[in-house]
Amino acid sequence: MKAEGKVFKYGDNVDTDVIIPARYLNTSDAKELSTHCMEDIDAEFVNKVSKGDIMVAGWNFGCGSSREHAPLVIKESGIGCVIAKSFARIFYRNAINIGLAILECEEAAEEIKTGDKVSVDFNTGVITNHTICKSYKAGAFPEFIQNIIKKGGLLASIDAGTR
Amino acid sequence: MGMTLTQKILASHAGLEKVTAGELINAKLDIVLGNDITTPVAINEFEKNGFKEVFDKDKIAIVLDHFVPNKDIKAAEQSKKCREFSCRNCISHFYDVGKMGIEHALLPEQGVVTAGDLIIGADSHTCTYGALGAFSTGVGSTDMAAGMATGYGWFKVPSAIKFNLSGKLPQNTSGKDVILTIIGKIGVDGALYKSMEFFGDGIKNLSMDDRLCICNMAIEAGAKNGIFPVDDITLEYMKGRTERPPVIYEADDDAIYDEIIDIDLSKITPTVSCPHLPENTKDADELNSIKIDQVVIGSCTNGRMEDMEAAYKVLSGKKIADGVRCIIIPATMDIYRECIERGYVTAFIDAGVVVSTPTCGPCLGGYMGILAEGERCIATTNRNFVGRMGHPKSEVYLSSPLTAAASAVKGYITSFKSE
Repeated sequence: MKAEGKVFKYGDNVDTDVIIPARYLNTSDAKELSTHCMEDIDAEFVNKVSKGDIMVAGWNFGCGSSREHAPLVIKESGIGCVIAKSFARIFYRNAINIGLAILECEEAAEEIKTGDKVSVDFNTGVITNHTICKSYKAGAFPEFIQNIIKKGGLLASIDAGTR
Repeated sequence: MGMTLTQKILASHAGLEKVTAGELINAKLDIVLGNDITTPVAINEFEKNGFKEVFDKDKIAIVLDHFVPNKDIKAAEQSKKCREFSCRNCISHFYDVGKMGIEHALLPEQGVVTAGDLIIGADSHTCTYGALGAFSTGVGSTDMAAGMATGYGWFKVPSAIKFNLSGKLPQNTSGKDVILTIIGKIGVDGALYKSMEFFGDGIKNLSMDDRLCICNMAIEAGAKNGIFPVDDITLEYMKGRTERPPVIYEADDDAIYDEIIDIDLSKITPTVSCPHLPENTKDADELNSIKIDQVVIGSCTNGRMEDMEAAYKVLSGKKIADGVRCIIIPATMDIYRECIERGYVTAFIDAGVVVSTPTCGPCLGGYMGILAEGERCIATTNRNFVGRMGHPKSEVYLSSPLTAAASAVKGYITSFKSE
């Protein structure tokens, strides 16, 4: 599995209120919600993003609310992977549970810039910045989490016997 | 090597003798919570994946609190979806308009959560119930759906920061000033993935409302949970209230902590978090030049009875400053009624305040007090991110109810000074 595209770069502490403002949360329709993705810090994001693009940010990405709408709208907007120095814990869980690819890699998150061409190989955890011809290696997920991702999300990973 | 208070609760619910930080476990859930924003997403996932019924109708709590009484048609559709699901599954802890309150004030008040519980909630402030000596943490809607289906959840066992509290709070401060001070010290990711465990001689000087407020904002330091040990104050609060008997856990004497931070409560001052992060703390009186347009007193952080008492203490017989709108929101119907019976609501109205029925509304910029471009609010809520209470170019300052009410009277940010 791979993602490849151009980079949208943000800073530290990108919170769930800027990823998807609560004023739009009167619906749970991901398509409708995704038209407001990142609106309060980057009004142009939704017009510029293409399928497979990469979001890069600093420390504590996704802090704030538990709203799963946040990783959902990022996924729905076409972003193929989020790379950050660290993720807030509920966002981290939610991303895994819904199958949005995320990688923690401090060096990559520091050096990659807006507009760079980047690819990510999920099998190896290798992030390649084609603009400056440099590769980085992100840490691997624990096996338990890899299993959730492989099965297509948390609910799909639950034994069918309980249904 | 011993276990922390949090680790003790997790081990017991995972059926294990011992757990260590970093270990991934599957643990039994006592309560699974959702609200009118997060539950519809959970219902979609639950049904899409073919689950037919919930694991235990008595262990699920669904509270309509964010956008109720419904602010618009779409919000009404979301509430309807929660209502129909709750009815179909005979959910015993379903709280609709008239019975509802802000979830994290309501569940402890109604005795739905108790000491020793393991609770997940599809709302980040679920960490509030740690005040009762429970392990309680916020998760997303898919986790809620999985919890409703199986009664189990996966957790990475956290390490902990121990806060050693001593002394007694000065008169013009409260639990809110304690937690804002701590977040100012350690930062919005200072406790990322960790437990914040509160111990020390000083905790006997903190009321349940103070403790609930402190644990409520553990998430604003990135923590997985906040927790207090059970003492006489907790037992007194839970007496005759909790549906299930409390189970008391204690941290091992040789528990390992990542860090121990001493907090002298007597040194706490009225504290305000400036835009746009809760860690941007300053002394309230350093901000006297900041004029305000709106004041909100309420939310899951500060809508409890002691918060209403603080507002009354400041506002009784006073007037809200010209050009300032002040909104007070008691967090539950019981608190709302108590405010009426004690004459607080009349005093608030006489001061020029509008008093709302319980709702999360303004805290997350939903409704009931949205800010226009360039407007500024001091609020007893929990987040001051960009656009949190309305326009992306509006500003939110976070404070205690005493500071917010004192600021409402002056028209600029100030601490409360008794006369």
